[in-house]
Amino acid sequence: MGGWAIAVHGGAGVDPNLPAERQEEAKRVLSRCLLLGIAALRGGSAAVDVVEKVVRELETDPVFNSGRGSALTRQGTVEMEASIMDGRGRRCGAVSGLSTIKNPVSLARLVMEKSPHSYLAFDGAEDFAREQGVEVMDNSYFITEENVGMLKLAKEANSILFDYRIPVTGVETCSASAGSMVDNALQMNGLPISIYAPETVGCVVVDGNGWCAAATSTGGLMNKMMGRIGDSPLIGSGTYACDFCAVSCTGEGEAIIRSTLARDVAAVMEYKGLGLQEAVDYVIKNRLDEGQAGLIAVSRNGEVAHGFNTTGMFRACATEDGFMDVGIWE
Amino acid sequence: MLLVVVRELENCPHFNAGRGSVLTTSGTVEMEACIMDGNTKKCGAVSGLSTVVNAISLARLVMEKTSHIYLAFDGAEAFAREQGVATVDANHFITPENVERLEQAKEANRVQIDYTQPVKEDKPQETSSGKGDSHSGTVGCVAVDGSGNLAAATSTGGLVNKMVGRIGDTPIIGAGTYANSFCAVSATGKGESIMRATVARDVAALMEYKGLSLKEAAAYVVNNVPKGNVGLVAVSANGEVIMPFNTTGMFRACATEDGYSEIGIWPSETDCVLPDPTRN
Repeated sequence: MGGWAIAVHGGAGVDPNLPAERQEEAKRVLSRCLLLGIAALRGGSAAVDVVEKVVRELETDPVFNSGRGSALTRQGTVEMEASIMDGRGRRCGAVSGLSTIKNPVSLARLVMEKSPHSYLAFDGAEDFAREQGVEVMDNSYFITEENVGMLKLAKEANSILFDYRIPVTGVETCSASAGSMVDNALQMNGLPISIYAPETVGCVVVDGNGWCAAATSTGGLMNKMMGRIGDSPLIGSGTYACDFCAVSCTGEGEAIIRSTLARDVAAVMEYKGLGLQEAVDYVIKNRLDEGQAGLIAVSRNGEVAHGFNTTGMFRACATEDGFMDVGIWE
Repeated sequence: MLLVVVRELENCPHFNAGRGSVLTTSGTVEMEACIMDGNTKKCGAVSGLSTVVNAISLARLVMEKTSHIYLAFDGAEAFAREQGVATVDANHFITPENVERLEQAKEANRVQIDYTQPVKEDKPQETSSGKGDSHSGTVGCVAVDGSGNLAAATSTGGLVNKMVGRIGDTPIIGAGTYANSFCAVSATGKGESIMRATVARDVAALMEYKGLSLKEAAAYVVNNVPKGNVGLVAVSANGEVIMPFNTTGMFRACATEDGYSEIGIWPSETDCVLPDPTRN
């Protein structure tokens, strides 16, 4: 009982054919960020400081889809979003539609602490960033050559998969059902898995005092419409923390929003009395309908858990009693 | 049905949605709305609209005609044009009353809050002026049809003197709006408090996970949000309807198939007197 715990993720829905060296690279980045968090926790840092610090590091590294290396909109631009929540007092901050902010998670933290609001988006968020003097970069800094190529592939695949101007039939809005139109290749959010940019990043921490915090940051969905907001900045969907636990989700944003996935992990603990891993398994099994997603979570008791129904999730975790794990597959 | 009701409320300048929306600190209008179908859990949301006549209808189009759930600001406006929904000049939404409210809020705010200063932890942030109504006037509607299908919709202009780009609880699934097979909920009040308490989802979650009735669940949630911060309307699959709030009052009305109807503003007011429509 007790003690600190930390988990980080780099997205769910991994191409099974991802080259071995890319897998190793992803694990290396996850390990480095995990160790950074562990060092901060050993130094007595508060949970909310640790999640911000770790997510900043993940954003700055181009390997994952957040900050530098973000997925591109249909117009080839970057629109980043992030949120942070401190379980202590359930304070939260979120940002969407950022195009020049080097570390969106830190701007989300500033929204939480220095504005009267919880969520700022697009031009207003950019203005606030300048007012606060956070580091800004030219939009081109965030756009990697690899993602420009991915966008092109996504556009080609999408023209076959779905056209949003045509009403989607059936109950699915995230077009998973349209998948039957291409060979039975693995898909996420209507995109072939090889093109899908899964690597939203997130971190959850419980510190030595039992306080929980969560943060999530993303470039969003490759080939998304301009102005599209996903689950990452939405408190209760992509990110949530309270007295019981902290949760960060990743995967098909629309499925996560419909299932208020992050809040539901906490809600089944709070209202149904389940333990952390039970709660995680419950929501992955019962709340996602046909959607695909994964999540990481920690409890105030110092437990750590993850769950996903995708092909793989980049994740790493550690607890104070010496347990440590870095993995991609089941 | 929901769409018709919320569109009508949006078009009424007495409420803070559509025409009559409150103004940002720059004097502009940024409207947001959300709709959710409890049966399919399909949902649509929009934020940062400045020219769209009926934000709620655009939220519905996002739900039905895109692969996304939530579009905001320029991208949402571009989508509105693509879909050919009615748009007007942004000035259409700005009423003289709201220009005045903004001025009052700015004067009060200068004294009450300077957001460049760190806000003390655990202390509810007061952003509204002493007028009491400056964060109210969001409109919402929940309904259950004869077959037990539930839906919720909410629309707002947000908070008086809000920062440009501020998103409140209204468009956020689980915060200001939520519907599933148990109930449909639309909340109003201090957006930041509603968001962190995931008010709408929590009413449903308490029914689903703790077996509470709609009334118990809503009372539990409203009691756990700081006083003066939240009100909500909710219906359950079996036709129960409730409208609790912990603010001084809430404009509300409800009706059930068996002929019961109620219109009120203050606590436990049951007289059916409509607010004078000619009152400014």
